[in-house]
Amino acid sequence: MAIYDGLKEIEEELIKCMKCGNCQAVCPIYKETRSESSVARGKLKLAESILKGQIGYTPGIAKRFDLCLTCQACSENCPCGVKVHKVILAARAELARQKGLPTAKKVAFNLLRHPKLFDLGLRMGGKFQGLAFKKKATGMSPRFPIGLESRRVLPTLADKPLKSLIPEENRVKHASKTVAFFSGCVTNYIYTSAGLALVDVLNRNGVNVIFPKDQHCCGAPALINGDVETAREMAKSHVEIFSKYNVDAVITMCGTCGESFKYKYSELLEKDPALLEKARAIGNKTYDISEYLVDVLKVDFSKLGNVAMDFTYHEPCHVGRGLGLTRQPLEILKNIPGLAYKPMKAPNRCCGGAGSFSLTNYSLSYQILGKKLDDIKGTGASTVVTACGSCRMQLEDGLAQENMNLPVMHVIEVVQKAYQNSKQKSSDKKKLA
Amino acid sequence: MAKAQVIDALIQALGKEKVVTDPEDLICYSFDATADMPSKLPDVVVVPASTNEVVQIINIAREYKVPVYPRGSGTNLSGGTIPIQGGIVVSMQGMNKILEIDADNLVAVVQPGVVIQDLNNAVAPFGLIYPPDPGTVATATMGGSVSECSGGLRGLKYGVTKHYVMGLEVVLADGSVARFGGKTVKNVTAYDMVKLFTGAEGTLGIITEITVKLIPAPEARKSMLAIFNNLADAGNTVTEIVRSKVIPATMEIMDKVTIQTVENFAKVGLPTNAEALLLIEVDGIPEVVEREAAIVVKVVEKNKGKIQVAKDDKERDGLWAARRAALPALAQVKPTTVLEDATVPRSKITEMLVALQDIAKKYNLQIGTFGHAGDGNLHPTILTDARDTEEMERVHQAVDEIFKTALSLGGTISGEHGIGMAKAKYLPLEFGDSGMEAMRKVKQALDPDNLLNPGKMLN
Ligand SMILES: Cc1cc2nc3c(=O)[nH]c(=O)nc-3n(C[C@H](O)[C@H](O)[C@H](O)COP(=O)(O)OP(=O)(O)OC[C@H]3O[C@@H](n4cnc5c(N)ncnc54)[C@H](O)[C@@H]3O)c2cc1C
Ligand code: SF4
Ligand code: SF4
Ligand code: SF4
Repeated sequence: MAIYDGLKEIEEELIKCMKCGNCQAVCPIYKETRSESSVARGKLKLAESILKGQIGYTPGIAKRFDLCLTCQACSENCPCGVKVHKVILAARAELARQKGLPTAKKVAFNLLRHPKLFDLGLRMGGKFQGLAFKKKATGMSPRFPIGLESRRVLPTLADKPLKSLIPEENRVKHASKTVAFFSGCVTNYIYTSAGLALVDVLNRNGVNVIFPKDQHCCGAPALINGDVETAREMAKSHVEIFSKYNVDAVITMCGTCGESFKYKYSELLEKDPALLEKARAIGNKTYDISEYLVDVLKVDFSKLGNVAMDFTYHEPCHVGRGLGLTRQPLEILKNIPGLAYKPMKAPNRCCGGAGSFSLTNYSLSYQILGKKLDDIKGTGASTVVTACGSCRMQLEDGLAQENMNLPVMHVIEVVQKAYQNSKQKSSDKKKLA
Repeated sequence: MAKAQVIDALIQALGKEKVVTDPEDLICYSFDATADMPSKLPDVVVVPASTNEVVQIINIAREYKVPVYPRGSGTNLSGGTIPIQGGIVVSMQGMNKILEIDADNLVAVVQPGVVIQDLNNAVAPFGLIYPPDPGTVATATMGGSVSECSGGLRGLKYGVTKHYVMGLEVVLADGSVARFGGKTVKNVTAYDMVKLFTGAEGTLGIITEITVKLIPAPEARKSMLAIFNNLADAGNTVTEIVRSKVIPATMEIMDKVTIQTVENFAKVGLPTNAEALLLIEVDGIPEVVEREAAIVVKVVEKNKGKIQVAKDDKERDGLWAARRAALPALAQVKPTTVLEDATVPRSKITEMLVALQDIAKKYNLQIGTFGHAGDGNLHPTILTDARDTEEMERVHQAVDEIFKTALSLGGTISGEHGIGMAKAKYLPLEFGDSGMEAMRKVKQALDPDNLLNPGKMLN
């Protein structure tokens, strides 16, 4: 049995909690609600009460377990080492099994199971979004209630998804390495330029980039909402797709996708020995793009072109705490000539996005985002750099709502800029000579 | 039924959103940070936003004769916030404003729900600090810490919470609002009611406003780690440093069990074959810090200790990380951590440490001891599993013996964690019949119907 298959499996984790309340200090949701049921300690007590039969799978329980960003701040800060986010996911899985998912989520995840349909839907969205969304100065706002919060400024879907913009094979002469690239939905359908930048930068470093065309969503949204079966199917499918290629590494550019490939797939496929081995093999060679550039390729960023820009960095929860990549993105950004880092007071505090959380709990999510925006404002930076498309959507929404007018970039786009500028520099030199 | 009427009345008075009745929420207010305590669901949780709302809650409680339990962050270690007789939990989290920082008078006025660290962050720009710093500074509320009279790592030099509380506004059990003390440094008017309500653990009134003393932040500090091969040498060092007229801000001890566990978990490079460690920090004016540090080094070496002095902030942080890892590390060994709070005069620290080792042996238990050696406040921590009933029996016997030993050495049953439910049964041992009687009279006079936090302290 795996943790996602029964609450009982997570009991040992629950017992570790000594109820010290340390998690209160870091939980962004508790900071807003000040309610014991919204912090890790309370949720662990609720899970315990369910196991002891003191309370059933009530709608109220579902509501309490929904109120979590899975930002992992509590887990990181817990003196007893309780992996709270795992308990939350296990509880959500159990709730989904016991009570089923809300219809909207069910429909959405069913769509995820059919990548072609999902793809079609979002492609159509790309073309016809003008019908369903009214254009705002920045991004789009839903035109009629489609289950989304109408105040939310959503980014424009790309006219063409990344899949249609790059070939399956992006090879270079004298390549030293070959990698497979998993873009994730947000990059594929919204921030295609970041995906293009990733391919460009890797190519410039003599790395062949394979972009498997049959890839789809990593399944994290399903897992995060407790739909284990859908998540497991996606895991299976990706493990099979990516096992076909004989590559040195699998590269992701979103912490959540990275975690799926690195950890979650093997957790989900625990009971299938053949697939488990493949999943582990893939997990072991999965790298976030920042990690790959810094730790594997060991790129000397100080040799790149000048990017005159003062920036602040928002550390995505699943990149920092999830994948443990706190050093690499900053090593890149601090070494590129011309960049001036203006740190936030709490760069690693959750932005409140947390995937579908921002859609289903808009007000709370926006309050949490508000703290982040204040922090950004305090830095005086002119650009926000981050390492996750989901955070980027959330930040762009807030910055637009508050008329703050700061662009948000993915780390890899900054690197690409540095490369582009260095080319210019050398051609300038040529002109001079 | 009274319960439904009480809830109705509360909703009438405060509005629906401040009255919490979902069972899913009530479960989360049925316990606090204390291990090995019964949990009990309250009937209702209310979150008042003003003194006036607290008065209304008290009046409703009085009318229907239901118990009231004030609650801060619920991080106390004595069962102080468990609503053991059912009734109303009053969460003070809704009153969390810093009302005033008066840098000229070195005072701050806060609502009880303010988290201690938030106050410290707010006064830092004025070059001031609020010294009481329990391990839970980042979570505990001012109201909770005043009510527990909490201490912390700097207790040796800076004292505990009661040394910083200058004034209080309290809602009494009869629904009236009283104010005691204030901003003046000198205030000797009549009974010291401020001290009475400080450490009263919510049994005499609900604190709704607190005026505290601030002090200038120390200009310099120096941290040192002393390593001993003999527990007695460490204990003697503590006594001798103070005898040499040096009062460090901090003098923390870790015994062998703790050192090994911390190292095993945190890998901070602690000497695992040592019998005891002392973490010592002196602070103040740079020249004085230098002089005091030199004396500390001399005393440690004289007592056969090896000393390491932190050269810079990074090394200092490293030492502190090791100390802070103590409880977490111990807590990871076994599922249940019974943390005690036995305190002795500091000259008896060696005897107490040795006694604790013997008690561990006698009851065949794993006990890690760390704590504030400088003020004689030790935290013997028993590592166990609440599901093992046979072992828990031995734990209870060991705890009894720990407190009896502390008292026989002229100590006390609580250095900083309060009495609550966990230690109520030991209270007569310390106070005797007449002492208990005097306290009961105070309680009787101020709360004749026993509405405020019943089942705690005096039972
Ligand atoms: C890991 C850990 C480390 C700790 N380290 C220390 C330490 O170093 N030193 C130390 O002294 N303590 C320590 N504690 C104990 C605890 O954190 C402190 O006692 C803290 O001050 C309690 O604050 P709280 O806000 O959580 O209060 P709560 O636990 O909510 O309440 C404590 C008591 O105060 C009463 N109360 C709360 N608010 C009010 C109010 N407004 N009016 C009247 N009564 C009220 C409650 O009824 C209860 O009796 C530690 C606890 C843990 C879990
Ligand atoms: S910090 Fe960890 S041990 Fe403490 S209450 Fe939270 S989850 Fe439990
Ligand atoms: S994961 Fe984040 S939001 Fe969820 S309980 Fe932990 S700290 Fe709070
Ligand atoms: S984690 Fe987010 S971005 Fe990554 S694939 Fe899944 S939905 Fe898409």
